[in-house]
Amino acid sequence: MSEIREKVDVCVVGAGHAGCEAALACARLGLETVIFTVSVDSIALMPCNPNVGGSSKGHLVRELDALGGEMGKNIDKTFIQSKMLNVSKGPAVHSLRAQADKAEYSRAMRKVLEGQEHLTIKQAEVCELLWENLPNQNSNCKDNNENDCVMNAQINDEDNKSIQNNNHKESYNKKSYQEENQFLGFEKKVIGVKTFTGAIYECRAVILCTGTYLRARCLCGEAITYTGPNGLQAATHLTESLKNMGIELRRFKTGTPARMDGRTIDYSKMEEQFGDERIVPFSFSTDPESVQKEQASCWLTYTNQATHDIIRANLDRSPIYAGIIEGTGPRYCPSIEDKVVKFAEKERHQVFLEPEGLHTHEMYVGGMSSSLPEDVQLAMYRTVPGLEHCKIVRNAYAIEYDCINAKQLYPSLEFKKIKGLFAGGQFNGSSGYEEAACQGLVAGINAAMELQGREFLVMDRSESYIGVLIDDLVTKDNREPYRMMTSRAEYRLLLRQDNADRRLRKKGYEIGLISEDEYQDLLCKEKLIDLEISRLKETKVGANKEIQSFLERNESMSLKTAASLAELICRPELDYAKIEEIDTGRAEAYASYCSMENVRSKYLTADGKLSKEIIDQVEIEIKYEGYIVRQKRQVEQYKKLEKKLIPTDLNYDEVPSLRLEARQKLKEFRPVSLGQASRISGVSPADVSVLHIYLERHKNN
Amino acid sequence: MEMLNDTIAAIATALSDSGIGIVRISGNQALEIADSILRTKSGKKFIHTAKSHTIHYGFVVENKVEPESMKIIDEVMVSVFHAPKSYTKEDVVEINCHGGVLVTKKVLELVLHAGARLAQPGEFTKRAFFNGRIDLAEAEAVMDLIHSKNELALKASTAQLRGDLSDKIRSMREEILYEIAFIESALDDPEHISLDGYQDRLKEKCNQLIDEVQKLLDTADHGKMIKEGISTVILGKPNAGKSSLLNMILGQERAIVTDIAGTTRDALEEYVNLRGIHLNVIDTAGIRDTEDIVEKIGVEKARKYATDADLILYVVDTSVELDENDREILSMIGDKKTIFLLNKSDLEQKVSENEIYALLSKLGFQHKETYSMISTSAAFGKGLEELEAEIEKLFFHGDIKQNDQIMITNLRHKEELGNVKSSLLLVKQSLEDGMPEDFYSIDLMQAYASLGNILGEEVGDDLVEEIFSKFCMGK
Repeated sequence: MSEIREKVDVCVVGAGHAGCEAALACARLGLETVIFTVSVDSIALMPCNPNVGGSSKGHLVRELDALGGEMGKNIDKTFIQSKMLNVSKGPAVHSLRAQADKAEYSRAMRKVLEGQEHLTIKQAEVCELLWENLPNQNSNCKDNNENDCVMNAQINDEDNKSIQNNNHKESYNKKSYQEENQFLGFEKKVIGVKTFTGAIYECRAVILCTGTYLRARCLCGEAITYTGPNGLQAATHLTESLKNMGIELRRFKTGTPARMDGRTIDYSKMEEQFGDERIVPFSFSTDPESVQKEQASCWLTYTNQATHDIIRANLDRSPIYAGIIEGTGPRYCPSIEDKVVKFAEKERHQVFLEPEGLHTHEMYVGGMSSSLPEDVQLAMYRTVPGLEHCKIVRNAYAIEYDCINAKQLYPSLEFKKIKGLFAGGQFNGSSGYEEAACQGLVAGINAAMELQGREFLVMDRSESYIGVLIDDLVTKDNREPYRMMTSRAEYRLLLRQDNADRRLRKKGYEIGLISEDEYQDLLCKEKLIDLEISRLKETKVGANKEIQSFLERNESMSLKTAASLAELICRPELDYAKIEEIDTGRAEAYASYCSMENVRSKYLTADGKLSKEIIDQVEIEIKYEGYIVRQKRQVEQYKKLEKKLIPTDLNYDEVPSLRLEARQKLKEFRPVSLGQASRISGVSPADVSVLHIYLERHKNN
Repeated sequence: MEMLNDTIAAIATALSDSGIGIVRISGNQALEIADSILRTKSGKKFIHTAKSHTIHYGFVVENKVEPESMKIIDEVMVSVFHAPKSYTKEDVVEINCHGGVLVTKKVLELVLHAGARLAQPGEFTKRAFFNGRIDLAEAEAVMDLIHSKNELALKASTAQLRGDLSDKIRSMREEILYEIAFIESALDDPEHISLDGYQDRLKEKCNQLIDEVQKLLDTADHGKMIKEGISTVILGKPNAGKSSLLNMILGQERAIVTDIAGTTRDALEEYVNLRGIHLNVIDTAGIRDTEDIVEKIGVEKARKYATDADLILYVVDTSVELDENDREILSMIGDKKTIFLLNKSDLEQKVSENEIYALLSKLGFQHKETYSMISTSAAFGKGLEELEAEIEKLFFHGDIKQNDQIMITNLRHKEELGNVKSSLLLVKQSLEDGMPEDFYSIDLMQAYASLGNILGEEVGDDLVEEIFSKFCMGK
């Protein structure tokens, strides 16, 4: 047979935000990687909103950056407006959002991919995964309870047990998480991919990042096209191959609003929305000075009764309300028809007009996604002040696609039954560029970790929003595309966007995606923060006349006894800047920091003071210490159950006293820790206790 | 959240009005906590100097604000065990109380107040296992124990809570969730939802909720929060004389008694003491096949009460023949402990004991020992004495008993309500300190979770659901 046959380490299917991160991570960790896309021109395409970040999503991007991902750096290069959201609220919910020049964003990412060693870009539709059955320890077991048999064998047959353990010593030369867990239960192993043209790429790991392209169908009223977003070719063949491998698929939907020709919009009827005066970059590696530039504006207008009347009168022509759409759509990103139906009492809804880029007139109509027919769309948009004469460049549409329930994945994002097969992004049932990118990065890193026999990157809910994201995806029965929200993070006071580097850079460094130089930066930053906090805690001021008069001037209670500077900063009416006049040792301390060995100039201003970045950290840690300590205590409790690992091939039928529902759920999800088990709906605290005792008992055995 | 190293306490003996009740404390603070509430006759602390495996005589005291005004609660014997030579392999103190159920409960409350946490069902045994005290063969028994005890506790937790109170807690919970969802949706979508001026509203809401929690706590102190006593349900056809019987037991006119069938349309609940045994008596609507909607609801309720009852009093009108409705009632009774009151014994008798037994066995209920028969005439006050004697006999034979879980349930609810109150006070504190909005939801969520514990409901995805259903998110 004359066909193309290549041998690589990793194949990444899809070059959206997940695929790009996955491919870059693998290639940067030295693995020969191919990234497949149906169109090279659509690399890192933003088919919906023209922005990156936003509440809690901004956190995701900063965490991704701290670990060594690319999205933060790329948006820093290509943004046209930037805003820190929620600045009037607590530091935990400050969140960055930047408007992107979509075309530039895509181009810049493509350039990074093209410049990456060990990475090949290939325009081709992957139609089939190649796989083999693993020579199984339990080949005499029936299919449906194969995994149960493994455990049976371990318990009942000592010889069998030792043979199995030996097997796993060979294939898993890893530490902690995997070593104790051994992620058993693989039935198959992926060995390559085949493209539509018949080319075969043999590989050791495949990362699926198919986004919204699998069997995609776009709907605009009665008009239905079988394409991916933006009219791009859909991937129609892979689904069948995945099903043959035993992967369960389901169908989700999402939607996007129309794009207007900006020249037909009357901005005088809208409120102008500006970016921040001082721009904070997304990436910890970006020099803040390099991103201070002129920004584009967005515009705010509102729907009105006339808009809502048109929508109501035409609901029967909406594919969703007419029942044509079978997929489940997200509630947090409702179409305008959903908003009008579900929140009928609201007189108006906000509409944001956002530029798609600097070199186009196209404007994104945020807040008005729709799948109504073209004529209704136009009539509806034209009722909005400023859009009376608008011309639509691209219609709004809804899109349906195949994806998986991510409970089929381990927290490493590897399929529980298929060794070497990883998945990230919208394919896992999430929504949003940022969510996708983070999963792509984690899937990419973990594919590399597996091939290199190193420890998986699995973050828990107390370590990062990414940890929350993945835990939610693989543990909960999500019935709609999953979007990150700040309320999903239990320990959000600790998971701030401002300290993402302090939480995660070290991990990124150990993995190998953060350079020595970036890591030294972090160490220096940590040191300066620690030194300054201890100085403020140790420096006491007495209840003397000078201090009392300072307090009086700042409308703060007078001192009865001596207090530390940190205690004063804690007072709501005071802060680090205000206490400068009574902080007599500050100048001397700054001088000593400046003369420190290996001190990084970026953390000191030109006149030898601590930079704002450091002072912010110091101030947050001191001001919110009480709350932070409380959350840390909760985290300690939470971690106890997270650390209790469950063998992933545990036979739950052997565990006595579990309730039926719990037993079924546990068999279905096969959690990796008691903590994960406790979050599965239908598993009660008593079930977790029972499981805990069972595990202890067998550990002792 | 259950922890593995904090100090826990519980009543370690079955609760009964006679004999000794033991309050057990286990954990690294056990000695310290016991020390804070125990004194010698001369008012000195003694636990910290007590050797392991010794028993001491002393007094449980309640500290008032000034140390002089210490109030003696009970005269007790105290056993001290130092880790690891104890049941749980932790420091353990056992207080043997002598003052009966209420005093034992009061002692436990003091222990909790001093810093211990109320133990989960089976938690002492669980600790004993984890600390290596119980051998592996016993582990499965532990698992069974935890499960059965938890199920019992959960059942008690929801079933024993009085209906009006659980409704109250549920509505408070909804109010709190709404506030959290509002704050969170504003944080998630600051451009669509504004928190301007919200502080004042939240402060008012907190004050209102704190008041409501305080009222519930007061109720709990009076022991009215949960249904204590033997749950006794009166069943019968309309106009069989159920209400008259209840009045006879109560010795007062309470239920409306007329000759018109179907007078008691809902259910009446009374708390009575018969020869020292507490009965929680529920009079139900008469059971008959009916088209009247209100009456139908009454019948449904009666069925529900019968399912949960510890004891059923079935009032049979012996002046009319058994019919379909009796069959219906007998099927509700099933194997439950039942006293048949053959009422209207002063009128012409059309029903005999044997006819009832025959009908029961026809329905598949054969165990005669479950049932007793007493001839009564409510109109003339006849049969009350026999009824009292019969109930007393059943109780002391252990055929019916008060559920131990009840008192614990009440304490657990009280503990959780206390937590709700402290969480809400923390929210108020954050408001007063001018903390940003995102800090409020931390403690509001805690309050929400504590209220959920009372109802046996977990937090799960409630918040996300609430956000989506109540607030219109953007994009």
